[in-house]
Amino acid sequence: MKKLKKLPLSDLIFGLISFSAAFTILTLIFSTIVVLYNESSLAIHKFGLLNFIFTVDWNPVREVFGAAASLYGTLVTTILALFIAIPVSIGIAIFLTEISPHILRTPIGIAIEMLAAIPSIIYGMWGLFTLAPIMAEHIEPALQKIFGNVPIINKLFEGTPIGVDLLTASIILSIMITPFIASISRDSFNLTPDIVKESAYALGATKWEVIKDIVIPYSKLGVYGGIVLALGRALGETMAVAFVLGNKHQITPSLLDAAATITVTLANEFTEADSDIYLSSLFYLALILFLMSFTILAIAKFFLLKAEKHYRR
Amino acid sequence: MNNEKDTGRVWSQRECRINFFCRRYNKRSRGATFPYPVYAAWAYQYYKETGIKLNYQSIGSGGGIRQIKNRTVDFGASDAPLKPEKLDEYKLYQFPAIIGGVVLVVNIPGLKAGKLKLDSDTICHIFLGDIKYWDNEKVRKLNPNINLPHEEIKVVHRSDGSGTTAIFTTYLSQVCPDWKEKVGAGKAVKWPVGIGGKGNEGVANYVKRLKYSIGYVEFAYAKQNKLSYTLLKNQAGNFVAPSIETFKAAGATADFDPKKHFYLWMVNAPGKNAWPIAGASFILEAREKTDANKKVNRFYKWAFENGDQIAIKLDYVPLPKELKEKIYRYWEKYGINP
Repeated sequence: MKKLKKLPLSDLIFGLISFSAAFTILTLIFSTIVVLYNESSLAIHKFGLLNFIFTVDWNPVREVFGAAASLYGTLVTTILALFIAIPVSIGIAIFLTEISPHILRTPIGIAIEMLAAIPSIIYGMWGLFTLAPIMAEHIEPALQKIFGNVPIINKLFEGTPIGVDLLTASIILSIMITPFIASISRDSFNLTPDIVKESAYALGATKWEVIKDIVIPYSKLGVYGGIVLALGRALGETMAVAFVLGNKHQITPSLLDAAATITVTLANEFTEADSDIYLSSLFYLALILFLMSFTILAIAKFFLLKAEKHYRR
Repeated sequence: MNNEKDTGRVWSQRECRINFFCRRYNKRSRGATFPYPVYAAWAYQYYKETGIKLNYQSIGSGGGIRQIKNRTVDFGASDAPLKPEKLDEYKLYQFPAIIGGVVLVVNIPGLKAGKLKLDSDTICHIFLGDIKYWDNEKVRKLNPNINLPHEEIKVVHRSDGSGTTAIFTTYLSQVCPDWKEKVGAGKAVKWPVGIGGKGNEGVANYVKRLKYSIGYVEFAYAKQNKLSYTLLKNQAGNFVAPSIETFKAAGATADFDPKKHFYLWMVNAPGKNAWPIAGASFILEAREKTDANKKVNRFYKWAFENGDQIAIKLDYVPLPKELKEKIYRYWEKYGINP
């Protein structure tokens, strides 16, 4: 602030404007929490925190509400989507930076960025009309055939394949988050100094060794950052999964069964929630999602910063 | 009266021309999604004829009720009737405006539309999960001429809260004690079995795709998607097919009572040809806003007098004449006659 006083007036005004712009973010986040808390106070009062989180039942008729099923669905779809998207995205990034001929780099790179620009409702409708039938008729029966006799794993693929399930939703989510991880990883791979790579090649390293031992370790942090961004996106994604998850409040080991995530519950039930406690419970769910995303992203960021420090040394 | 109408028109048109933001001077309303196409079509025609705009937003019945409760709109619409006590509590008027039907659709390869017969007991136990296979004895008894396969019944229901679900579950609760005890009625319920599709289009899509499935959708969706609907046994013991006529019959025999602000679920109507799963969409108005109500009612009076063909074209059922007259008398009683 002391420094600011010495600056000319125009700089001072500019500084104040940009400060207030940044401050708006804090105000927005804070007021979101306040509104969510206020609206959900009825449900918080009635169900309590632990009771709400660990109750699977979600019954608007009897006015019994619990978040366990939605939380489970949110976590499973997010983890599974990351599980699918991370290897694919890193593969894309490696191909684009190290392997692909120059002529292909730009078109593929643009195509990936275009994927990120498609509205999520399009993914949702595509999932419902195109992917779900393919999953139900071809992929899911095949999975059941392969894993049907393997103990424990076969529990993941039990039930009648319908295409409206955790697996389909996770695949759509993974397609949605792939561009985030891929383009950020590509940019960080590009930051690896050529001189380091060339030295490695000069020492006789193969392409695989250069990628494995030079490029990836060098740009680890950027890749982690991309994953964190994708994680945030996956936790909050709504329309893409709302159509293919079935909104069924149950906890099931099978990935071929309908489920619900917090956002799917909100999207499906908000418009017709007519009793106060029902509406309040939906707001409570939103509050939990908000706090959960906040915590997960904070933890991820914390490790990122720690890793960064470690690296700098 | 004529004078008033003219003033209203000129006023509204002028404001519209002068003010870019003319919405403020027109009727605003929010509510149910189920009657949206027909309200929108009526409003368009009404605007063409009178120059008065009606801004109807389809945000769901829950939102519609909340907005009229808070008096942020001139009227709300709800697919489910509000109980008279609730109307007194929120100080609202209520009357029906349009009727629609919910039909059961099945996907059994080789079975034509309108062949399969079901009754309340079989539907109830199919949706409870007690009847698991199509060749169950109860289903076979109703359909001695159909060779039903030994295939598992896949139940499809709505995943989102909806008036359609409210009408369907109210029907099941009224005709089937087991359902009432185990599940109950509401816009969203805890379904014992089956998968959920989002919206009528979601359910229609799943039923179309999944062999041996059964679901419930609004009549228009069954028709547009060429799904094979079932016949249903009504209260009078006749098997009826879903059609404008049988929905009309349900509306004609349903006993709407103006004293209870027309609170009535039109399910299981007693008429000989009445389709058993029908429902009305209701209009809600604030009791203290006499002037606004008169304007809204002028629109609905116009719609009742001129809008029947538009409604039928969209597969909705206009109110029967007697009911329209009951509504006019209701408006007169409360001094909100246009």
